[in-house]
Amino acid sequence: MSETQERVALVTGGSRGIGRAVAELLAVRGHHVAVNYVSNQDAAEEVVAAIEGVGGIATAVQADVGDEAAVAGLVENVESTLGPVAVLINNAGITRDDLILRMKPDAWDQVIATNLRSVYLCSKAVMRGMLRARWGRIVSLSSVAGVYGNAGQANYSAAKAGIIGLTKALSKEVGSRGITVNAVAPGFIATDMTAALGEAAADAVVDKITLGRLGSPQEVAAAVGYLASDDASYITGQTIVVDGGLTL
Amino acid sequence: MDRSEIEAKLVDLLVDELGLERDDITMEAKFEEDLDVDSLGVVELLMALEDNFDVKIPDEEAEKITTVGEAAELVSQKLNG
Repeated sequence: MSETQERVALVTGGSRGIGRAVAELLAVRGHHVAVNYVSNQDAAEEVVAAIEGVGGIATAVQADVGDEAAVAGLVENVESTLGPVAVLINNAGITRDDLILRMKPDAWDQVIATNLRSVYLCSKAVMRGMLRARWGRIVSLSSVAGVYGNAGQANYSAAKAGIIGLTKALSKEVGSRGITVNAVAPGFIATDMTAALGEAAADAVVDKITLGRLGSPQEVAAAVGYLASDDASYITGQTIVVDGGLTL
Repeated sequence: MDRSEIEAKLVDLLVDELGLERDDITMEAKFEEDLDVDSLGVVELLMALEDNFDVKIPDEEAEKITTVGEAAELVSQKLNG
């Protein structure tokens, strides 16, 4: 793995789950990590404390990343206190599952805003700094739902598939300036989001996973951290599936 | 800052930031057609103008820039009103 780097990293939705694991990994690597959260300040402060506890540097920053003005304020705040964002991890995500027959437009709009619009807004907001630096890493969390589709998750699947298209397009726009743009598509990872599905659903899924178990947030963070590193300098526009062989 | 100073500084930026040949740059030269600067390069030039001349160039105005002279004119307007 690369030597320690004091780059500024912004992790959206960094207060728990995969985002938290990514924030902790990047901090261990020497990055100054801005841990974004929308509502759970206590959880975000806990991540910051955990990072500081092992000698890392982190700051909790509140913002609804689906909101244009909030994202502008977020990036301005991070850049004025920590410096230009060199590593952006678009991790913030929510689910509002329902069959499409019953899905309210609100459930569609909210999921698209938080999971996809946020990736556009945040990527745009950090781009000037990355262009100036002629270096940047954007890694967005997609999902196997975006690659294969999940019944009951038309909104979530659409948003996560959208991230893959955005990743490819943006990688072509900025590739000549030393900026790489990639995605990671996790399968079933043990987080609050999958715990909400219940034990029976998890058991049924485990039967289909080649490795025979759910993944951990740290196992996803490892792939994200790789794509965010200097080592991944020749990889762009890609989506790495981290699902224990679920979708083979 | 008068117009000739702005133009001279602009040419320096084009050479230093975008790696253009000084001899190719005229005020009539079109960025994309004549100077082979891609659309992202134009965005980067406008960022450099903002940084170096300490002006704010809104996206709507930036989009209209096609020639070196137009860029100089925009900066001149911003600086001198």
